[in-house]
Amino acid sequence: MSVGFVMLVHTALDRAEQVARHWAKNDCPVVIHVDKKVKRRAYSEFVTALADLDNVKFSTRYSCEWGTWLLVEASQDASELLLKEFPAVRHVFLASGSCLPLRPVQELKDYLAERPMTNFIESVTTEDVPWTVGGLDEERFILRFPFSWKKQRRLFDWYVRLQRRWKLKRKVPEGVVPHLGSQWWCLTRQTLTAILEDPDRAAYDKYFSKVWIPDESYYQTLVRLYSTNIESRSLTLSKFDFQGKPHIFYDDHMQLLRRSDCFVARKIWPHADKLYNGFLSEDASIVTGAEPNPGKIDRIFSKAVERRTKGRPGLYMQSRMPNEGWENGITSAPYAVFEGFTELFEDFEDWLGRIVGARVHGHLFAPEGVAFTGGQSVFAGALSDSVELRDYNPRAFLTNLIWNTRGERQCFQFGPRDNQDISWIVAKDANATISVISGAWAVPLFYSNANFSSIRKEAARLQKIEAQHLDALRSYYAKARVRIWTLADFVENPMEPLQTIIDELGSRAAHRLTEAPRMVSLDGFGQFLQNLKNQGMQPHLMGDFPVANTLAQNQNKPRKPYLVK
Amino acid sequence: MRKRRELVSVVDRTGTIKAKDILVLTTLRNERVRLPFFLRYYRNLGVGHFLMIDNDSDDGSREYLEQQDDVSLWTTTASYKRARFGVDWLNWIARKHAHGHWALTVDPDEFFVYPFADTRGLRALTDWLDASSIRSFGAMLLDMYPKGALDQQPYREGQDPFEIANWFDSGNYMITKNPKFGNLWIQGGPRARAFFGDNPARAPALNKIPLVKWHRAYTYVSSTHNLLPRGLNLVYDEWGGEKASGVLLHAKFLDTFAGKAEEELARKQHYAASHEYKAYAAKLADNPDLWCKWSEKYINWRQLEILGLMSKGNWA
Repeated sequence: MSVGFVMLVHTALDRAEQVARHWAKNDCPVVIHVDKKVKRRAYSEFVTALADLDNVKFSTRYSCEWGTWLLVEASQDASELLLKEFPAVRHVFLASGSCLPLRPVQELKDYLAERPMTNFIESVTTEDVPWTVGGLDEERFILRFPFSWKKQRRLFDWYVRLQRRWKLKRKVPEGVVPHLGSQWWCLTRQTLTAILEDPDRAAYDKYFSKVWIPDESYYQTLVRLYSTNIESRSLTLSKFDFQGKPHIFYDDHMQLLRRSDCFVARKIWPHADKLYNGFLSEDASIVTGAEPNPGKIDRIFSKAVERRTKGRPGLYMQSRMPNEGWENGITSAPYAVFEGFTELFEDFEDWLGRIVGARVHGHLFAPEGVAFTGGQSVFAGALSDSVELRDYNPRAFLTNLIWNTRGERQCFQFGPRDNQDISWIVAKDANATISVISGAWAVPLFYSNANFSSIRKEAARLQKIEAQHLDALRSYYAKARVRIWTLADFVENPMEPLQTIIDELGSRAAHRLTEAPRMVSLDGFGQFLQNLKNQGMQPHLMGDFPVANTLAQNQNKPRKPYLVK
Repeated sequence: MRKRRELVSVVDRTGTIKAKDILVLTTLRNERVRLPFFLRYYRNLGVGHFLMIDNDSDDGSREYLEQQDDVSLWTTTASYKRARFGVDWLNWIARKHAHGHWALTVDPDEFFVYPFADTRGLRALTDWLDASSIRSFGAMLLDMYPKGALDQQPYREGQDPFEIANWFDSGNYMITKNPKFGNLWIQGGPRARAFFGDNPARAPALNKIPLVKWHRAYTYVSSTHNLLPRGLNLVYDEWGGEKASGVLLHAKFLDTFAGKAEEELARKQHYAASHEYKAYAAKLADNPDLWCKWSEKYINWRQLEILGLMSKGNWA
């Protein structure tokens, strides 16, 4: 007989009985504390059910509310009873009614027998604890907490505020250095009796009875006074979520629990029949002799916490609808926006599609239609090409598109003719790479066969829209990667900017561009701009575009594909 | 409250409801062929009792339900529309019988899917919600449809409807916040795509909060889209995280749909002057195929989780 269990039970008595029986039958005495809130009848049935086992005892019942002192008192009483009644017990293991042993009891016995003087208790100073909830770590020990956090939250909060304001502090008993840790421990008889029989215990108890959540600090602190042989970890596998409440284990955690090699786990869902049957059956005694390794289980639970607190970037759904600025990424993946390129080059989309490993769309936000790649009427995620649906919620259209195509880079064309509702959204999106040839919208106007007066009007409108859009791209809030060339600058030397863009996107193979898209002829475009000026409009976004004569020599070149050395 | 007088009890087995039973609340009209699978599905999840309101069925639904040991049934011939599309009746029944229970309010063509539904019963979910002090659980309506014309594969009684309608739209949903009740307003999916492409504002709402730890002071406002008090509508996180959520697989688009749409249009008992049903009727004449190349074939809840239609939140 080397280890005895103290069990704190308040619900699922049938499961507690099963586990207590398992330990008792394997020659480990058990002292059970049943919460006073358990009805008298249920309690007496519970006691009767375990009456056949003479190494199971029941200790004085207290009404234990979460985070209160009575929990400690219950464990003190039960431990004292255990130590007194069963003198052969060398280690005392504190467990709860929802704990489940994962490995054969014999293995635990052997493990403890090899470490007869070691105390297994997580005990960390407040500065080193990352997991306290509610911002109360150090203050747990220097403020008073007479009110229940669960039932009298307002009083609790009020009293904390009051003490903070008046800087009311308690004195920590001399020699005591506050430590925190999991409330599930396994202590040696020597250490535990030292704590329980200390002449100063009354003073310590008085102090800890007003500390917040004393069951996470009482033993964890006092153990430091009596023992130097402390393994600061719990033998009980217990994971906590972001609100500080324990994760629950279900049947589908079976394999995970097995692989953890931990001795005991909590909390187990009371209806997890497979877990209880599996781990409590006699034939489950595969002796591995392995060190406990909770790291394997850590991953899925830390992922769960991350999902709950950070979520998946760029996802908007029924249970994740972040306020502005809290999106953790407006969209889910990098994408590229091209403005003015299809206006300047005849075959820009095809060319880009050939060069880069990305999906190239046309003007997705055009007023006359949604130009999905290949002229599809529906695209990834069953996104419709209906203009009305898109314009009903352009932001959702964009974020859906990027979310639906995770793993494949999207490129699309944009311009001042298009729905501008996404202007600020793309500007603020760190995933966007935006390349703009400003003023290129004038090229289709130059080619259009409309009345000059309406061209002039349209030019003024588009220029105004693009200017606003460029303001957004250049603003302090913009997070997108933005490159802006004036039409004049771009035409002067198109290869260099194209090369830059392709390099950023990651081209399919070539290191240097060998093929340029076909530029439309700009013969007479300078004159066209001059005409606009003569009509009283000031086209400024194109930059200083050379007027008629200088164009002539430039014009021959772009028509041929570029071949770069 | 006045609406309670419209309800006549057919069979009242509410005395057999146990303290921890999970309840299903449903209004229906002429759904006889769907009922066997519906009841089986929810019994398998671990539902303890069904509270059902029959709105004047004449296809044997009432007689069938009457014989089920775990069903309490009321009937009414009153106007579905004037009872705010059945919500008044449901609120009354819930108030009377669901106080303190987890109550799942679903239509006969809605099938609740939640994280770990394949390995953990509904009780595991509600226990976890209790432990996390969560009172309401969101589950968006996901319209399921077959490949090919709707009437190509007839639905047989007792059959799993998702053997036929096993496709869905994975990523065309639009969300806005409803400032009045604090709930999200979700539209999209195949219905918006196929029937409301020219008038998206009319597309039906897909946001639902079907699972609630009921208190007699609670009340559904408009269908199960939102509730009062408003706090119950906060089933989403606003600070970047994901709360746990499920999905209601919607088996509306079967061969039974055309008949249903016609009947509903004739009865004029639906929301907003039955606009929705007018839109269906207009398109149904061409026997549409809701399926497209980008439709997603349903596999399981994990797939819906990965696609971002629902979330495990911090349930692991």
